[in-house]
Amino acid sequence: MKKLITLIVNKRAFEVAVEPNRTLAQVLREDLGFLGTKVGCGIGDCGACTVVVDGRPVNSCLVLAVQVNGSEITTIEGVSEGAELHPVQEAFVEYGAIQCGFCTSGMILSAKTLLDRNSNPSEPEIRAALSGNLCRCTGYQKIVEAVHAAAGMMKK
Amino acid sequence: MKEYSVINTRVPRVDGRAKATGKARYADDLSMPDMLYGALLQSPVAHARIRKIDTSKAKKLPGVKDVVTAQEAGAVKFGVSPARYDETIFCIDKARYVGDEIAAVAAVDLETALEAAALIEVEYEELPVVLDPFEAIKEGAPVIHEDFPNNIGAEVHQEFGDVEEALKTCDLVRTDKFVNKKQDGAFLEPQACLAFYDPGRGLTLYSSTQAPHYVQRTLAMVLGLPIGKVRVAQPCVGGGFGPKASASTLELTTSLMAIRTGRPVKMAFTREQVFWHSRARHQFFHELTTGVKKDGTLVALKNTCYLDGGAYSSFGIATVYYAGSLLGAPYRLPNMKYDGYRIYTNKPANGAQRGHGGVAARAAWEQQLDIIAADLGMDPIEFRLKNIMQRGDITCNDFNMSSLGMKECLEAVRSGSGWDKKKGKLPRGKGIGVACGFFVSGAGFPIYRSETFHSTAVIKLSEDGGTVNLYTPAAEIGQGSDTVLTQIAAEALGVRYGDVKVSSGDTDFGVDLGAYSSRQTLMSGHAVKQAAEEARRQVLEVLSEQLNIPVEEMDIKDGLVLFKKEGVDFSALRTRYIKEHRGWTDPPSGKHFTFVEAARLAYLARGTIVGTGAYKPGELGGKYKGAAVGTSPAYGCSAQVVEVTVDMETGQVTVDKMTDAHDCGFAINRTNVEGQMQGSLSMGLGEALFEEVKFDGGGRVANPTLGEYRIPTCLDMPNVETIIIESNEPNGPFGAKEVGEGAIMPTIPAILNAVYDATGVRINELPVTSERVFDRLKEEKERRKEV
Repeated sequence: MKKLITLIVNKRAFEVAVEPNRTLAQVLREDLGFLGTKVGCGIGDCGACTVVVDGRPVNSCLVLAVQVNGSEITTIEGVSEGAELHPVQEAFVEYGAIQCGFCTSGMILSAKTLLDRNSNPSEPEIRAALSGNLCRCTGYQKIVEAVHAAAGMMKK
Repeated sequence: MKEYSVINTRVPRVDGRAKATGKARYADDLSMPDMLYGALLQSPVAHARIRKIDTSKAKKLPGVKDVVTAQEAGAVKFGVSPARYDETIFCIDKARYVGDEIAAVAAVDLETALEAAALIEVEYEELPVVLDPFEAIKEGAPVIHEDFPNNIGAEVHQEFGDVEEALKTCDLVRTDKFVNKKQDGAFLEPQACLAFYDPGRGLTLYSSTQAPHYVQRTLAMVLGLPIGKVRVAQPCVGGGFGPKASASTLELTTSLMAIRTGRPVKMAFTREQVFWHSRARHQFFHELTTGVKKDGTLVALKNTCYLDGGAYSSFGIATVYYAGSLLGAPYRLPNMKYDGYRIYTNKPANGAQRGHGGVAARAAWEQQLDIIAADLGMDPIEFRLKNIMQRGDITCNDFNMSSLGMKECLEAVRSGSGWDKKKGKLPRGKGIGVACGFFVSGAGFPIYRSETFHSTAVIKLSEDGGTVNLYTPAAEIGQGSDTVLTQIAAEALGVRYGDVKVSSGDTDFGVDLGAYSSRQTLMSGHAVKQAAEEARRQVLEVLSEQLNIPVEEMDIKDGLVLFKKEGVDFSALRTRYIKEHRGWTDPPSGKHFTFVEAARLAYLARGTIVGTGAYKPGELGGKYKGAAVGTSPAYGCSAQVVEVTVDMETGQVTVDKMTDAHDCGFAINRTNVEGQMQGSLSMGLGEALFEEVKFDGGGRVANPTLGEYRIPTCLDMPNVETIIIESNEPNGPFGAKEVGEGAIMPTIPAILNAVYDATGVRINELPVTSERVFDRLKEEKERRKEV
């Protein structure tokens, strides 16, 4: 039986009736149209579906939508507003941290969560924070460089 | 060197912003009104005769709109190479691997489609399963394809020079065996597609493919449609690396059901289905015999290889050639013999993956060369330099190294890594290793026999003059071709990067063979450059007529028309342009006449300005059988130095540092070139250290997840000292050639050679797990005790 829940996605409240077995990733993508959330494996291995729930990055394919009733959720669509990019996004574009882009949404949200908590992370801290997000294209180096650069940009 | 404005820079990707903001759309993000969802039924057994398929229960399920089996899909065979078409959309009489497609369903939602697929009843008569290629070629082994009773789907026998005679003249001859494991592409985006059909306009398929052109041809052939009524287009594609380079049952079935139902149909693989479908790196069993003179001169190589092909040919007929032809170079080797056998087994079909066919061979040989160098008492870099090929050299199998910065790469990694200070001087448990490699810059011939151009391009200047529209059928799969082709168009035309708007990956734009064999920068780049030059010429011709200045005395650069002579009065033309654009907010001003003004005036004089380009390679070397696999207009090359730490108690290998130099001819986009290099090394590191698709006794993939099939995370991959070498390829646009695959070639052997340097043991079987290293260390210890 469907359950009525409220999800606050990118600062906007959505009331949705969801089957209890539907994952947050499914509801974000299919019911609410936040298609920037990617599903690469569906079982929490790849991190492509990472979104931020109440300040913590989670694999949205491993969370049932009903579990996060009332939570504040940030998807990639909520990282910046209007034409201006968030420094993490800007740095990803500038530093070549994006190739196929399928891991990018999750990668940017993991990086942003790190920088929100730690404005001056070391390279091992960056690598640890991104270790749940797989990327097959870049070899990670330019992603790490972009996160460094974003940290610098955010201080200014 | 000529001054360039847009190429050889670090401009950001054209699609970077869309991808960074989540606006980029991939196949599974697409939807259409009235769309149906597809699901496949795949064989749960590895080898079985199909006695009966009963779809009646599935058809009765409310919400089901179509159920198709071989009966509906027909028996037209397809595959990659016409010489080995051995697949049909669905199994007709037999299932040949776990995952072989039996039937498909289209329904109003995915849950219903999956439920219906589960309601299809199939009666299987199980047949003996053969998983090991060496078992498969034994007398009396189960036969997988009736046409190939010994299960050898393809074999190759080549000899250049006289290897047996040459080996007799050698001072040192060594034979080694080597084996890798079946790899998975592990691109982040599982395959997905959406098809819709209009009886007038035909079929449209949006697919996560690397090769829209080949998919278009296969759809037309198998579904019996005119090619002109089939359009294949790419949304954003989330990586490919080879396995997405051929048409699949997913695409064919989705299209078939869209035609039958008259409704759009979408179907996507789960991650598990990606592993079943595979078409990724083969398992190769190499035996190499190399002979040298005592001064280190390479004399001969004998290479025998058995490939575990899986149940179908896929790219395998090319793979079995590449496993031979991609050795020899980049060294001067006069004698080379190759015997290759690709064997059918009851496993998912293997195909092409980054470094197609050459990666395991390269790993085997570069490790053997390291052993030989040590036996001769030579430094491994000195040994390689002694035999290195240079620009203009031609290999014994007739590959023309029209540019080759191999020596420069090797010297760059030697100094970049501090090799001379480290080699032979590191403590036990620390090691340093080197290796080289090369790769084609585009296959010299299309997969099907044809005189077709390999790439075409169209440039249409917008009628207002302000935008350059580039239409390229080339495939952007994440590697950055849209960006590189945009840069080439802008540079050749003389406009700014932001003035070009690229549309790509659509068969309506023309022919481009796609993103495989590292071909697009060179081949699509040529076509785009030609199209841009053609558009530029037309604009300058009109200007020449109107200003009475010869075309040769004008140039276009950075969006401005430059006159060689001073004092050209273009004020009348500017006034005319401004009148045309009365009330617009950005009237041209300043002392230069702009491209925008010129392009508008060209339109007024001639109508829409369109430039077209088309490229195919010129005459290539090699008249022997199989010469088509490996001949290329150009070859990229790489050298790498890797430093490792090996835990001498547990055998755990950590890669600490990698130094990589790649000769890409000329870097159109320096950031993208580095990205390809670093990504290649990461995939090579994964194959070297962890990656292995495992099977249970019944032929089921035992680890079909990205948790159990481990690819490198950012904790495994070190930073790479990335050195770009530019040798200015005469056959490349602006001197450019490949980087996407050549860069993976030296990675595995450089790691193996570093592991040896750290431990004193050689590992001849991938992946280099701690268990494998531990066992070899233990063996070595016991061997020493006995001695």
